[in-house]
Amino acid sequence: MKYIDEYRDERIAHGLAAEIRQLITRPCVLMEICGGQTHTIMRYGLDELLPKEVELVHGPGCPVCVTPLETIDKAIELAVRPDVTLVSYGDMLRVPGSSSDLFRAKANGSDVRVVYSPLEALKIARSSPNRKVVFLAIGFETTAPANAMAVWQAHRESLTNFYMLASHVLVPPAIRLLLRSADNRVQGFIAPGHVCTVMGCQQYEELVSEFQVPIVVGGFEPVDLLEAILMLVRQLEQGQAKLENQYVRSVTRLGNVPAQEMLEKVFEVTDQKWRGIGLIPLSGLRLRPEFSQHDAEKIFGMAEIHVEEPIECISAQVLKGLKKPTDCSAFGTRCTPESPLGAPMVSAEGACAAYYRYRRHKALV
Amino acid sequence: MSEQVKTLSGFTCPVPLGSGERVLLGHGSGGKLSADLLQKIFLPAFENPILSRLDDQAILSVNGSRLAFTTDSFVVKPLVFPGGDIGSLAVHGTVNDLAMGGAKPLFLSAAFILEEGLPFETLRTVVDSFRKAAFDAGVDVVTGDTKVVEKGCCDGMFINTSGIGIVENGVRLSADQARPDDRIIVSGSIAEHGIAILAQREGLSFESSVQSDSAPLHTLVAAMLQTGAEIRCLRDPTRGGLSSTLNEIAARSSVGMVLEERAIPIREEVRGACEMLGLDPLYVANEGKLVAIVAPGDAEKLLHAMLRHPLGQNAHIMGTVISEDPGLVVMRTTLGTTRIVDMLSGDQLPRIC
Amino acid sequence: MCLAIPGKVLEISESSGLRTGRVNFGGIVSQACLDYVPGVEVGDYVIVHVGFAISKVDREEAERTYQALESMGMLEGELPPATAEDPEKLS
Repeated sequence: MKYIDEYRDERIAHGLAAEIRQLITRPCVLMEICGGQTHTIMRYGLDELLPKEVELVHGPGCPVCVTPLETIDKAIELAVRPDVTLVSYGDMLRVPGSSSDLFRAKANGSDVRVVYSPLEALKIARSSPNRKVVFLAIGFETTAPANAMAVWQAHRESLTNFYMLASHVLVPPAIRLLLRSADNRVQGFIAPGHVCTVMGCQQYEELVSEFQVPIVVGGFEPVDLLEAILMLVRQLEQGQAKLENQYVRSVTRLGNVPAQEMLEKVFEVTDQKWRGIGLIPLSGLRLRPEFSQHDAEKIFGMAEIHVEEPIECISAQVLKGLKKPTDCSAFGTRCTPESPLGAPMVSAEGACAAYYRYRRHKALV
Repeated sequence: MSEQVKTLSGFTCPVPLGSGERVLLGHGSGGKLSADLLQKIFLPAFENPILSRLDDQAILSVNGSRLAFTTDSFVVKPLVFPGGDIGSLAVHGTVNDLAMGGAKPLFLSAAFILEEGLPFETLRTVVDSFRKAAFDAGVDVVTGDTKVVEKGCCDGMFINTSGIGIVENGVRLSADQARPDDRIIVSGSIAEHGIAILAQREGLSFESSVQSDSAPLHTLVAAMLQTGAEIRCLRDPTRGGLSSTLNEIAARSSVGMVLEERAIPIREEVRGACEMLGLDPLYVANEGKLVAIVAPGDAEKLLHAMLRHPLGQNAHIMGTVISEDPGLVVMRTTLGTTRIVDMLSGDQLPRIC
Repeated sequence: MCLAIPGKVLEISESSGLRTGRVNFGGIVSQACLDYVPGVEVGDYVIVHVGFAISKVDREEAERTYQALESMGMLEGELPPATAEDPEKLS
């Protein structure tokens, strides 16, 4: 597959790893922000190729993991209504809410459907005018434009039975929070390549300026990540702190302007709770008032609820890169992909699930 | 940084949610949840040494002959898909379970559960397909049953087939027979059936030329047995994919396995679909492939016999059985690093993330 | 987050008022909305996430940077291997 296979080339990967080994003189702590990047690291065992001086910690870049418990509970509450068809991306189905999850709601007879694209949710609404179709719209800046288009279309077509339960999260405020905390150990970041494809690089340039920390925008294939790590190591060794773009085949400095314009039209920035972390000001997106008639929270009169995470789950510290999944007392025993305690174990991108599936036996050895 | 919030009643205890008190779709997916259901409910109820072997078929000694007996139910949706339908699938599935025991399939039963309102035309299509598949496989449908349930109580049609075959003396295939140094052979490219089915489902619409690989494997098995190769075990990796099957064998035989990612055959379109949906092909269903665990000295001989058969043309030696880490299946990636190939928990869902 | 893969645009049309392309991902063809990549033509490669093209692959940039990567791959044989201090890292 073009633009994929070349970036999985074994010789290039080993070449990059060798170059990193050559260059590095002292330990460093790097964070890849995006869950998709975590997945690649685990699935291709990239940490096996890196010198031991490079410590990779995994960031909070999994929108599934950080979707608030309350959102899941609200989605289930809606799904249970006999007149509602709850439509969702596949990832969300197994994420535990307070006492259930969407998969279980489906087992109990609720009309819950999986789609690959929000346009499919629109199709369902068009073909079932008697059903109230609620789309659980989650994601980072990468997915927000697609979700926005769905509402935009629904509005244009006066598709009155299409609603959105939205829970979007923005990356830069989370990174800022991390960089401001006293216990931050991360010295360099691999920025999420697809988020930057949409949003461009400026927000990350600002972070570099503010915190004097190297940031490289990275892609998602093994070669992309190794190259991004090389670029970070090079900066650290030379005492530099700048924004570099590794993922040049997709990311430009300004990003995707039409997509950004749509986000402006449909959403507004709001405070957002991140599961396992807490409230981060101005880190989420909600529907603008013009789209109230498609806003599930408003139309269905959903009460504000607050939920606490199970005590044993240390997802907050894992998501901030302070602890590894293997540091958790419940990892692999009480918390497994079949019976997850917290979101990072549920999502395939979650650090805990990735560790569990790909690396577990090293931890037990 | 976290706010102090009021607790919502129901979740103060750190005990995991577990699978709860109801059957989930995941329990039928062929992975860990399915195994769980077997262990918790069915095995304790039907305890006997033959069942406990958990092979794809039961080998029974009756008056000096060895019969293979198996049953399987088919609930696929949609009923008709590229490369087959529930009818042909119902024949192939059971014929294959018999064949994995080294048996020559002889007789099938066919029990149909039909949904009220099912068009006769659909039923005719399926029955005709069933008839043709049985004929081509050389098996006779000797007994059957039909029930009708109310609208909404089954997806158009469910079929159960049970099969009987005869096993030649000296053939002893079982999942607990794998030994360190044995080779693992796959008969052809993986993940086709699962993707063919997925391509038809609402919400995942893409044009696809991927056909289900549904096929009867007994003549391939016969050709393999004829080589005289020391085959330990044969399994067809259906639900849960290649990974579940290999994990089961590794567990039953108390051995480890190392797979070579490069050696696992997969077609371009199938790989493209998996990439697009974020699915791992190792966990996607097959309906016309088998894995064979064979003694190292006979691996090449067996492979060549398979390559000469129409259903084994893309066969590959894809791994080795080892003594370390019993029950663990790992894979050497295309980068030369190692990853675990774990058993699937429930159904693999397409992801955006 | 953000599973998105590159595919080649085979055909462009309109569907429900949206500019839509048939995109080929290594043999699998799927529809993708092209409204966010207005300059895209048939034959271009796009990166698609949840049925939406979010960027057009910059082939020149990709070619240029890939050449640098390839030469790195060829050098690999010339650099000293990982030392005995980190035996785990030997592949």
